[in-house]
Order: sequence, then C-alpha cells, then structure tokens
Amino acid sequence: MTMARATTSRRSFLGHSYSLVGVVAALVILAWTLVAILAPYVIPHSIGDIVDDDYFGPMRQGLWLGSDYLGRDMLSRVLMGARYTVGISLAAVSIACFSGVVLGMIAAVTGGWLDTCLSRFLDAMNSIPSKLFGLVVVAAVGSSIPVLILTLAVIYTPGAYRFARALAVNINTMDFITVARVRGESTAYLIGSEILPNIIRPVLADFGLRFVFIVLLLSGLSFLGLGLQPPLADWGALVRENIGGLPFAAPAVIVPSLAIASLTISVNLLIDNLPQKIRDRDA
Amino acid sequence: MKSGVLNLVLKRLGIAAVTLLIVMFAVFFATSMLPGDTASILLGQAATPEAVAGLREAMHLNDPAILRFLRWLLGLLHGDLGTSYANEMPVATLIGGRLLNTMKLAGITTLLSVPLALTLGITAAMLRGSVYDRTVTVLSIGVISVPEFMVATLAVLLFAVYLKWLPALSSVNEAHSLTDLVRIYAMPVITLTFVISAQMIRMTRAAVIETLSTPYVEMALLKGASRSRMVLRHALPNALGPIVNAVALSLSYLVGGVIIVETIFNYPGIAKLMVDAVATRDLPLIQSCAMIFCLGYLFLITAADIVAIMSNPRLR
Repeated sequence: MTMARATTSRRSFLGHSYSLVGVVAALVILAWTLVAILAPYVIPHSIGDIVDDDYFGPMRQGLWLGSDYLGRDMLSRVLMGARYTVGISLAAVSIACFSGVVLGMIAAVTGGWLDTCLSRFLDAMNSIPSKLFGLVVVAAVGSSIPVLILTLAVIYTPGAYRFARALAVNINTMDFITVARVRGESTAYLIGSEILPNIIRPVLADFGLRFVFIVLLLSGLSFLGLGLQPPLADWGALVRENIGGLPFAAPAVIVPSLAIASLTISVNLLIDNLPQKIRDRDA
Repeated sequence: MKSGVLNLVLKRLGIAAVTLLIVMFAVFFATSMLPGDTASILLGQAATPEAVAGLREAMHLNDPAILRFLRWLLGLLHGDLGTSYANEMPVATLIGGRLLNTMKLAGITTLLSVPLALTLGITAAMLRGSVYDRTVTVLSIGVISVPEFMVATLAVLLFAVYLKWLPALSSVNEAHSLTDLVRIYAMPVITLTFVISAQMIRMTRAAVIETLSTPYVEMALLKGASRSRMVLRHALPNALGPIVNAVALSLSYLVGGVIIVETIFNYPGIAKLMVDAVATRDLPLIQSCAMIFCLGYLFLITAADIVAIMSNPRLR
C-alpha cells in the first residue's frame, strides 16, 4: 500500500497532501463548471444559427470544432451542452443524495419497522435496472427537464440511502449517541448534529461517484432520444444527432463524446486521489 | 451449522420474491401512466366516441388499476403475456425469437469476457504496482467512466472506419457462413465485452488483492512458496467466492449495456423491441420486455448474493 502510494508525486496544501492527478482532475471539473455557468455569454454563435454551408464541416478558423449535421457551430453547441449535462446531473444528484442521506440517517436512528420497510422498499427499487427505469418513466410522462431531474434523482436515491444508512448504523452504536439519547435529544438533533458531521466526508465522496453515474445515465437516455428534446441538446443528444458523421470521423460526433469522458473520468480520478482521510468510510 | 447457510439462502430468496412483486407493481403502474388514451390511439383519429368507449370496455380499461394489475399477473402465471396493441400479435410470439437473439448476444459476450476479465484481473493483482497493473487499471477506469454508446462509437471508428474489418451494422438474417456470423456479432460483442470486462477486472483485482494481504498468504510466502504457487494454491481458492460474486454482478450490467448496444447496432433483440415499443406506446409489449429485463437482473444479483453467502466459510 505505502509503496504504491509513494511513487505518485504528492504536494502538501492546507494540511492535506494532494496528488498531481487529483489536482489536474479538479482543474478540469472547475473548467467545465465555469463553462456551464458562463456559456451563454461566451458562445460565438447562437446554438440555432446555421453558419456553415457544409454539414459535418472540419475544424477551421472561426468554427473551431467544425459544424454539425445542419451546419451549426459545434463549439457553441458543446459549450451550451455543458450547461444542460452538468446542470441537470447536479440538480438530480443533489436531490438524490439529500433525500437518500436524510432517510438513511433517520432509518438508522429510528430502527424498527420504519427501517425495515424503507430498506425493503428501496432495495426493491434498486433491483430495477437504472436504464430500464429511465426508459419506462420518461416514455410514460414525456421528457422535460424537471421530469428528467426527478427521474434521475429517484433512480439514485436508493443507492445513496443504502450507503448513508450503513455508515450511520456504525455511528449509531457509539457512546456519544447513547448519551445524546439519554439527554432526551430529538431525532432531528441526533441526525443533524451527531451523525451527519461524522459521515459527511464519505458521503461527499459518494456524491461525486453518484454524479458520474447520473451523467452517464442522462447521456445514455439522451442518446436513445429520451433525454433533452431538440432544439436543446446535452452532450448525449449531441452525439445522437450527429451520429451520421461517424463514418467520416466528423468532430461533431467525437467532441461531445470527449466532453462527457473528460468530465466523468476527472470526477473519478479526483475521488480516487482524495486524501485517504477524506475518502475513508470509517473516518 | 449447515442449516445457518440454508436459512440465509432461503431468506435471500424470500427477499428476491418480495422484490419481484414490488418490481412488477412498479413496472405495471409506470406503464399505465403512459400519456394518451390507448383506445383512441388504436382506433386512430377517425374513430367515433362510441367506438372508443366500446373498445375501452372490451379492453377492461375502465376497471380500477389494481384489478387490471391482478388480471395481468394472473395472465403472466398462465404464460399469457397479452396481445400487442400495435400489430395484434400475441406478445409471446413477438418476444420469442428476439429473446433468443439477445440471449445469444449475451451468451457470446459472457463466454468471451469472463476468461478475459479474470485473467487480466488476477494477473494485475499479482503484479500490483507494476506498469502492467497500472495500464490495466487506468484502461478499466476509463471504460467505466464513459457511456456505453461512446465505447460503441469508438469501436465503430476503429474497426469499421479506420481498419475496415467489420461492417458497422449487424443483421442476423443474412448469416450464411461462419465468416458472416463473425462479422454480424463482432461489433456488438466487442462493445459489450469492453463494458462488462472493465467492471469485472476491477472487482476481481480488488478481491484478489484483499486475499493476498491476509496473514496465511504471507505465511505461504515466508515458508518459501513460489509466487505463482502462493497465488494459485493459497489465495485463489479463498478469493473464488468474491470473484464469482463479481462475475455475477458484472453480468447484470449486460442488462443496461444491451439496451444501448442493440439500438446503436440495430440488432434485432428484445431491447431494440422494447425501445421501439416505447415509441409506439405498445403497453403489453413494454410490460413484458421490462419484466424480462428485471427478472434477468434480479436473478443475477440474487445469484451474486447467494454465492457470497455460500462461499463465506465462517457461516458453514
């Protein structure tokens, strides 16, 4: 363990040591976040404007990432796509983790039939393959941004619940919880002030992983044509609408794929390279 | 002590049965929420209100949802999957051949990916920290981190566009010889193998590494056993449970992968059938396809759990 660790270069900052890979990954994530926030102000062309006479145009000056299947500027579409992919995923993962973690902590503290029922029900939800669930629900109620966010959140809540509950059950057996209980503290106080601070770090790492799953699922749904509807397009939808350019290896189909990969790989690498102290389950 | 294991296994099977019921419930109600009135969709725009009302009555669409659910469940038990709304054919007939195609795809992928992933995972764990191990780890993280359709796109780019070895689309109907068969299955199988193997390699590697760090393996090393003997004779038999568990869990990713892969390669399997059924709002077809997928998935994750229980010597 120590031998493998020692070979990666590490630097010290604020008391933690960070590996170079982790820092680079964090920078990539920061860059995409900035793009997501600033996209409407920096795109060179409106996403609907047809600016190229040719379709699947190559990269050249003015059209830095070529043009798509209708001759629209790819750079603008990818930048705006970041907004949808990052925004929807972030909203979904926040809802999923918040509800999952709160329910998990409540189940661990309360125990009894509430715990059993919640666990049984959410485990059953977990046994529906995520892509299938997304497919059926989006097909059932149609695809819009709020529906997508809620569906993704519902799909990933059971996982967050399971993770948080397992952590909280461990903390729940500690003496300071017993003391707080004897003091007569409420459940809200127990989960908010006693349990949460002790599990927050692994929960945040889990948040990141779940974000990756959601980005992948959202892209998959969009790729099947069940995600964002035209003219809006997230990265998965961009790949789908430009898939016709695949035989000529057009940048229009490669660039959005690379964008997804850069984001998800960065989050994975960042979490893998977090200081052990933060990442560890039983910190 | 043997009864302890049996009890745990039975309990796990019981949980699986309850889960199945909840899942069936969820699938039925999710599909019942499909927008639009099925009867008026079926009859088209020219239908009179009386005809729509009549068809609604005939299809029992006016009954409460719980009654329709029970009727559907009873039909399933009799092997009656219902009739497709779109082309009036029994769902069982529609699914039959397609299911076989998907099973073939999944079977070939399994035969290919399991030995490949186990070899890579175990050797990577043995040579931990080496360049080889790092390459395998980085590649598998890379494949896990990208969507399945991207793996498929890259495979098409590499094998069909640059190397021109294989066709980009597959169609089972044209198979006349062995070479045809290879050309048809190659792209979907390659894509699925990548996706499944990446998961399996990571889990296998983790399982073997955990076993390698136990005191009895260290003991084997100290008594002078060779490195390969240490891994093959001492560590592997004990890591077998976690490895089989990892294999079953990874195979459950086939369910998600197959949906994307069949769509992108236009493979006539059950996932493609379901995606098309969603487009035509063919309720009985969607329900049956969804049930088949959930059943397969549930079977694999239950198998994974049972293997984990059986292989734990502390429970015996």
